[in-house]
Amino acid sequence: MDLINAVIVLLNYTIIPALTYGSQLALGAIFVTLIYGILRFANFATGDMMSFGTMFAVLLTYYFQSIGINFGFLPTALLTIPFAIFMMILYMLIIDQTVFKYYRIKKSPPVMLAMVSVGVMFVTQAIIRIIIGPTDRRFLDGEKFILKATEFKEMTGLAEGLTIKSTQMITIMVTIIVVAIMFWFLNKTKTGTSMRAYSDNEDLALLSGIDPKKVVLITWIIAGILATIGGILYGLDKSYRPFVYFNNMLPIFAAAIVGGIGNPYGAFFGGYVIAFAEIFLTYAYKRFLVYILPESLEPNSLMQLLSTDYKFAISFSILVIVLIFRPSGIFEGKRI
Amino acid sequence: MRNYLNIIIAYSIMLLLIILVGIFQSWSIALTIFNYCMISAVMTLGANIQWGYAGLINFGIMGYTALGGLAVVLVSVAPVPEAWSVGGVNMMTCLGIIILMIFSTRYILKNIQKSNKRNYLVAGIIIVGLILIKIIAGPAIEQIEAVDPAKTGFLGGLGLPVLFSWIVGGLFAAGLAFIVGKVALGLRADYLAIATLLIAEIVVSIIKHEDWLARGVKNVIGLKRPAPYEIDLQTSPWFINLVEKFHSAKLDLANSLSERQDILNQLVIDASSVYVKLCFAGMFLVVVIILLIITQKALYSPWGRMMRAIRDNEEAASAMGKNVVKQHLFIFILGSAIVGIAGAMMVTNDGLFTPGSYRPMRYTFVIWVMVIVGGTGNNFGAILGGFVVWFLWVEAAPIALFFINLFTAHLPETNEIKIHLINSAPYFRFLLVGIGLLLIMRFRPQGIIPEKIIKQ
Repeated sequence: MDLINAVIVLLNYTIIPALTYGSQLALGAIFVTLIYGILRFANFATGDMMSFGTMFAVLLTYYFQSIGINFGFLPTALLTIPFAIFMMILYMLIIDQTVFKYYRIKKSPPVMLAMVSVGVMFVTQAIIRIIIGPTDRRFLDGEKFILKATEFKEMTGLAEGLTIKSTQMITIMVTIIVVAIMFWFLNKTKTGTSMRAYSDNEDLALLSGIDPKKVVLITWIIAGILATIGGILYGLDKSYRPFVYFNNMLPIFAAAIVGGIGNPYGAFFGGYVIAFAEIFLTYAYKRFLVYILPESLEPNSLMQLLSTDYKFAISFSILVIVLIFRPSGIFEGKRI
Repeated sequence: MRNYLNIIIAYSIMLLLIILVGIFQSWSIALTIFNYCMISAVMTLGANIQWGYAGLINFGIMGYTALGGLAVVLVSVAPVPEAWSVGGVNMMTCLGIIILMIFSTRYILKNIQKSNKRNYLVAGIIIVGLILIKIIAGPAIEQIEAVDPAKTGFLGGLGLPVLFSWIVGGLFAAGLAFIVGKVALGLRADYLAIATLLIAEIVVSIIKHEDWLARGVKNVIGLKRPAPYEIDLQTSPWFINLVEKFHSAKLDLANSLSERQDILNQLVIDASSVYVKLCFAGMFLVVVIILLIITQKALYSPWGRMMRAIRDNEEAASAMGKNVVKQHLFIFILGSAIVGIAGAMMVTNDGLFTPGSYRPMRYTFVIWVMVIVGGTGNNFGAILGGFVVWFLWVEAAPIALFFINLFTAHLPETNEIKIHLINSAPYFRFLLVGIGLLLIMRFRPQGIIPEKIIKQ
């Protein structure tokens, strides 16, 4: 019985939150990695682009709520995803045409493009703050919990409860669906294959008649979908605040590089690596150990490896370690 | 002379703008902007050394700035004897352990062949060391933080003069740069950018959450100042006399003696704050000029030529026998040290250390915009960039407000769009700086004052 309780504690406080957070990071990391692999630059506007898409979801959710549309027990925000994605893609394409295209055609070094993306970051941040302001916003409605701790305790008769928030379930499900479709698209369709070819060797791809304009367009569209969905899922699970989205860029970068930048599978995996590391290293294991250890060995401290203040620092340290020992990432990404 | 004409024009316009602020807003604001421009200029000089001379991208400016600030606290604040007596020994032991760890790791890396055994040994040392530190430091930290937590709760500093901390700030930053450089300099440019950005975040989060070191997010206020305090000035007779003499015409207009006294009091209060800021401005100017002379000499020395050669063609330079790795590390340390000095200057100017305020937006990306806008590889350009961008950053809100009012003048006061826009005026600074950066990168990628290479 104690063992089951211990497992439930772990599941409740570490594994489910880590899976959720990992999914959110994974979507962002695939976004970073696609831009890096195909357009060949580190996009410092990542966090703010995600925030931009989410902003429309928030505004539309408020609008839908005001005219009385809802999605039953699911959050209304899910209904707004298509519109938010549309606006996001529109914005990305405008930015691409007015800003990035010039440097791409000139074949500027990647650093130049990264610098330009810093400019885009500033502008996007300004637009977001001017439209919606910097405050914290919650836009989750519908059922909050799928499984409440008390219900679970009654059902099973265990001492520990298991809580599953609806946002956690939605995040994991949506991520699986989106990522599955995307990998299918990249591997099985002709357009996806041409994108991978373009990413591997641009000159060769051009020789075999792949239209670079189309590849770039499709890349931005996929990027827009990933960024918006990732952003909305994060916002539903926590809350929407522009500054937090900007900060999220950093663990997302870490996830993309840890997995091997330029490699979507790696990025997907990297998201979970970062999330699990962050949560496992900052979780206080006292309750878990109380269940599995005999009474004489019970710990009297919190048994926490690192304080939760260092959550971000952990992901960055992992990145640094990976960069030193295996610069191309866990899965082979682009060579540095 | 003609070479310097555009520099002189650009600087005169900048100075004129600041003077205009002085006339239209107030001299105190103008001097605050000027001081911050100088601090930004020092930061851009540092970043320019790395990016302009050597082509190394360093997105970790924030970390070095924060370390410079930390140096001010550790050098100038008086030590807290109670905290030292309860936890000093343990903390010093931990420091000893860290030093021991570093040297033993170095010893192993040097003397044992590359093998699994070596990896296990290094990992073992690190893990054992960390556990020891956790055991020894844990209780000590709790005790230190319990010492009068509202006021101190940290070990305090050395109680030395604050100016000394500017040098220490530079040294701290140099030390960090040495570690970062050893770890990350081999990476390709955009990886280096990301790695430095993240390392800076780690540094700031350590400063934020290690309360025993510098009180963390509880901030350290009332730091020492190398300039006189306003309140002392307002009571010293020589200063009042000076103000009286300076404003004698205005004072003579007063009708009665009491009115004259009121005006004089107000003038003295205003003048004291201006005087303090002038003192700071003088000190900062000295630092900027010294750094400018040194960097300018370095740029046109054989060493500067070598750096440019490495930047423009690494392989060729290395074929000529230049040690690219060593030079990169050296210049990385040098630039970061300058940024550290700027960080210390900034905290000294503010008189308080607020680790929570270190954010990559303000301390990394804005500084980079300054370097790029001003002119990469040109020190005069870098300084100008610091001035221009900081000026825009501060004055963007008033400018935006002016334009919003202009364009929405026909709308009634209660119009929602108008109210919303006026409320969001502060955020136009991001727009202004971002668009400025994009325009400069598109139409004048070498910056306002481009790099000049003297050809013989």
